[in-house]
Amino acid sequence: MSRPLLEVEHLTIRFGGLVAVNDVSFAAQDRQITAVIGPNGAGKTTVFNCLTGFYKPTVGRMRLLHAATGREFLLERMEGFRIAAEAHVARTFQNIRLFPKMTVLENLIVAQHNTLMRASGYTVLGLFGYRGYKRAEAAAIDRAKYWLDRTGLTERADDAAEGLPYGGQRRLEIARAMCTEPVMLCLDEPAAGLNPRESEELNALLRFIRDEHEIGVLLIEHDMSVVMEISDHIIVLDYGKKIADGTPAEIRNDPAVIRAYLGEPEEAA
Amino acid sequence: MQDSFSYFFNQLISGISLGFVYGLIAIGYTMVYGIVGMINFAHGEIFMIGAFVALIAFFIMDAIGIGWVPVAIVAMLLLSMVINAAYGWTLERVAYRPLRGSTRLAPLITAIGMSIFLQNYVQLLQGARPRPLRPLIPGGIELWTVKTPDNTDYTVQISYMELMIIVITVVLMAAFTYVITRTPLGRAQRACEQDQKMAALLGINVNGTIAATFVLAAVLAAVAGLIYTLRYGSIDFFIGFLAGVKAFTAAVLGGIGSLPGAMLGGVLIGLIETFFAGYAERGSEYKDVAVFMVLVVVLIFRPTGLLGKPDIEKV
Amino acid sequence: MTTDARPLDYGAMAKEAGLTAFVVLMLTIVLVGFELRDVPGALALFTRFPDVLAACLIAFFGRIAVILLREGYRGAVVVGAGAAALLLLIGLLPETLFGTATAREYAEAYMPFSAPVVRWCVFAAAVFLAVRAALARRSVRADAKSREAAADRAGATVQHVARYAGPLLGLCAVALPVALGHDQQAMSVAILVMTYIMLGWGLNIVVGLAGLLDLGYVAFYAVGAYTFALLATTEGIEWSFWVCLPLAGLFAGLAGVLLGFPVLRLRGDYLAIVTLGFGEIVRVVLQNWYGFTNGANGISGIPRPTLLGLSWEEEAPEGQMAFWQWFSKNFWEVQYSATHEKIFLFYIILGLALVVNWFALRARRMPIGRAWEALREDEIACRSLGINPTNTKLTAFGVGAMFGGFAGSFFATSQGFVSPESFVFIESAIILAIVVLGGFGSQLGVVLAALLLIGLPEAFREVKDFRMLAFGLAMVGIMLWRPAGLLAHREPTVRLNAPGKGKTP
Repeated sequence: MSRPLLEVEHLTIRFGGLVAVNDVSFAAQDRQITAVIGPNGAGKTTVFNCLTGFYKPTVGRMRLLHAATGREFLLERMEGFRIAAEAHVARTFQNIRLFPKMTVLENLIVAQHNTLMRASGYTVLGLFGYRGYKRAEAAAIDRAKYWLDRTGLTERADDAAEGLPYGGQRRLEIARAMCTEPVMLCLDEPAAGLNPRESEELNALLRFIRDEHEIGVLLIEHDMSVVMEISDHIIVLDYGKKIADGTPAEIRNDPAVIRAYLGEPEEAA
Repeated sequence: MQDSFSYFFNQLISGISLGFVYGLIAIGYTMVYGIVGMINFAHGEIFMIGAFVALIAFFIMDAIGIGWVPVAIVAMLLLSMVINAAYGWTLERVAYRPLRGSTRLAPLITAIGMSIFLQNYVQLLQGARPRPLRPLIPGGIELWTVKTPDNTDYTVQISYMELMIIVITVVLMAAFTYVITRTPLGRAQRACEQDQKMAALLGINVNGTIAATFVLAAVLAAVAGLIYTLRYGSIDFFIGFLAGVKAFTAAVLGGIGSLPGAMLGGVLIGLIETFFAGYAERGSEYKDVAVFMVLVVVLIFRPTGLLGKPDIEKV
Repeated sequence: MTTDARPLDYGAMAKEAGLTAFVVLMLTIVLVGFELRDVPGALALFTRFPDVLAACLIAFFGRIAVILLREGYRGAVVVGAGAAALLLLIGLLPETLFGTATAREYAEAYMPFSAPVVRWCVFAAAVFLAVRAALARRSVRADAKSREAAADRAGATVQHVARYAGPLLGLCAVALPVALGHDQQAMSVAILVMTYIMLGWGLNIVVGLAGLLDLGYVAFYAVGAYTFALLATTEGIEWSFWVCLPLAGLFAGLAGVLLGFPVLRLRGDYLAIVTLGFGEIVRVVLQNWYGFTNGANGISGIPRPTLLGLSWEEEAPEGQMAFWQWFSKNFWEVQYSATHEKIFLFYIILGLALVVNWFALRARRMPIGRAWEALREDEIACRSLGINPTNTKLTAFGVGAMFGGFAGSFFATSQGFVSPESFVFIESAIILAIVVLGGFGSQLGVVLAALLLIGLPEAFREVKDFRMLAFGLAMVGIMLWRPAGLLAHREPTVRLNAPGKGKTP
């Protein structure tokens, strides 16, 4: 197997005296959906926040590889916004963070900020109606349209994002993350609050992203049916430690995972 | 001329009493910030109103024939505390409570609107000219005498005024600390600071607690107003502006959200200002600039202040 | 009329109204009830207890009216507030209405307060209550959502109108000197209003678009003004206005970046207080640095701008030509007039203001403008999309400061004199009030607010004392009523479907 897209080694995060994540190592591959699961408070979101630069790890290394160019990024050394801008790691949030007053389309255009900034000559040329900027904006709208079609939001493109129903907001957030052209997409509980039909659509969307866009998807999820159905690889955390790592079939039969989820069987005590 | 140590000593005492003024205002900033997470820009004006009420109270006492200074000062203190409490309560009720949970900018703008309103309100009612007050407590305790170069005696003293300022502040701070740490109100405040929703579920009157916090902040600002009036002997409608900015600097220096930090920051700012004015060349003209530089430097290098806790961003 | 009224609980009503009156009593008893006045040699205490009583009574009955309105007793409120309004009107205009001096005496006996402006305000409040009670269809507390929708529609209408009214207003402004050109006083006011419109538009980029509260905008205005004043009057430099204008903008922008850099990565409130302090610091430095700025005396003798080398003096200096001579030679005979210069200044500031306006409208549709708005909405989401929050905010802050600098150098040249007096906190407050009252992000709103806040007090001097009081109150009122801004309505910067064609849910 080729070198993985993301390698996390000995990741440890402490807040004061609290150890939220304790010596976790794992890898995530290109063109795979890797799920991070675990009970509440296991440290899943903290790992995510670390990967996307919102927290700095106390100890550990996070190495991201761009397969196409062979460039390597050490995420723990990068400022938050650079991880998105340069290493092309995109994410969504557990409690959706859209730009509520802006329209659905604008949300997707803002996601392409850095490309458009360059095209507009850092605003200076754009102000005077530079043709290249107009082309770039049209291209940005085309990309937005593409993802609007994929997420079924074309009809609502000109409505304020806050007006979308919950499921629509979730999909918009994924579309927005994809507009940044990531190599790795991190989704924090994308299925939370979705009904079964929406959940099914989400699975299809994630498979499409993996197969057609050939990027790595990292996923935190509570809904086991979603996880087992679409993941290629699963990592299980409990109390900030990794307790298992493997394919869905392996995880399903792993005694440590069963213990963590169902508690210690009484006769074993 | 006095010798250098005596000069230093006088500056020190003067800096501490000035620092108490800033500290008392800074506690108001920090306490309100802790509970509602916003900077109450109008707090400086509340202090200014406290100073005006104290001054008017003295003239009222004088007019009804109670000129004995200790009674007059107690009356000034009590009246300005009571009136300021009303202003603090009204401010919260009218300008902030309706905006809880609104946009980030809205309460800041009502705060600045209130600040402009209160400044002009006092200016219209009491005039724009500085209002003087004669020194109420002359004299002081003689500490030691030094020989000056031209062979006259110079007596270093701590004035009764400064002594009284220190005593009033220390006594009130003790009372305040008791309220914050030992009473149900203090407990409710700390609960609301941590989690307002949870506090409400546990039966704490969140609105009442927040209102009480504003009242408490305003009462401390009244004490600061009284001290300022006694110390400088002249006030005008604009004193709240600079004192407010400096007290805020004190709160940031001490670590916003930390009550001991606010008092510590206040004293440090008072000392910095006094020593800068006393020692630097043309320092008295630029002392405000010095305090502002402290603010900027703290924000660059240690935004959490001396005693503040780093706040972990919730994503 | 009282079909939807609920039964009244008199005890609760009295308690509520009594509490309000009590609070008002506490607020007014000392500060209104007593006044310290300068008398020869000392301060003397005077009392104004009738005013305290009046305030308490107004609070008491006002509160009762509000409760009645809330409970659906509209008839009673119409009658009560109407009667009060009538009585106040009689008291305000006794001579006009009755034409006798005794009427005035009777009126003075019951009228609250002494300042006519305050009396008119009380009257206006009573009329408002009566009209509101008469017009309200249901109970007054219409649900917030429909009210918000109505306000947004109004904002949308205004923006729609503005698309046509804007250029029209621009034409009016261009034509203004033709109508007012002979009146030097009026032209001065027009220049002043235009300066504030420019400042308002400049600050609107920072506050309205990027959501950064800048309370020391006047500091950048001062930097611009002093940059030009010093460059133009220092012997050996003496550069002209047109050379200094970009420099003034540059320096002010630089000052903005230097100040913003340490602060903009922190919470929003810190920026507000740091800019507040900075505004004051700049003034303190200007006032005390005699060697450089000439301290409180200010700098005088700042040259006026020339028009391509043409002077506005009656007698042009060596090597230059006076405008009127040049005009007479090339077109038709004109006499020298001081208003020519005023008209010229007006066109300069109009041009500058339009540049700011053009920038603001244009930048909103640029990636940078969208990033400003996005940052205002959610900074964390912006970071996750690779937007550099500090730099983006810094751009908004610096650009706003630069426009302030332009306005400042214009101010210096139009006055011919600068001193620290012109750059006090209250100026920042006025500019902020223009932006807030105009509605964040609304260009037309800023024009209207500037006309109202600057033009009106210039026209009615007696209002001037109460101007800032009213500004402060209005800022609070608008935020309480609609935090997004009075006529705020957000038009998308880009659409997939043409407007109108798009489906609305």
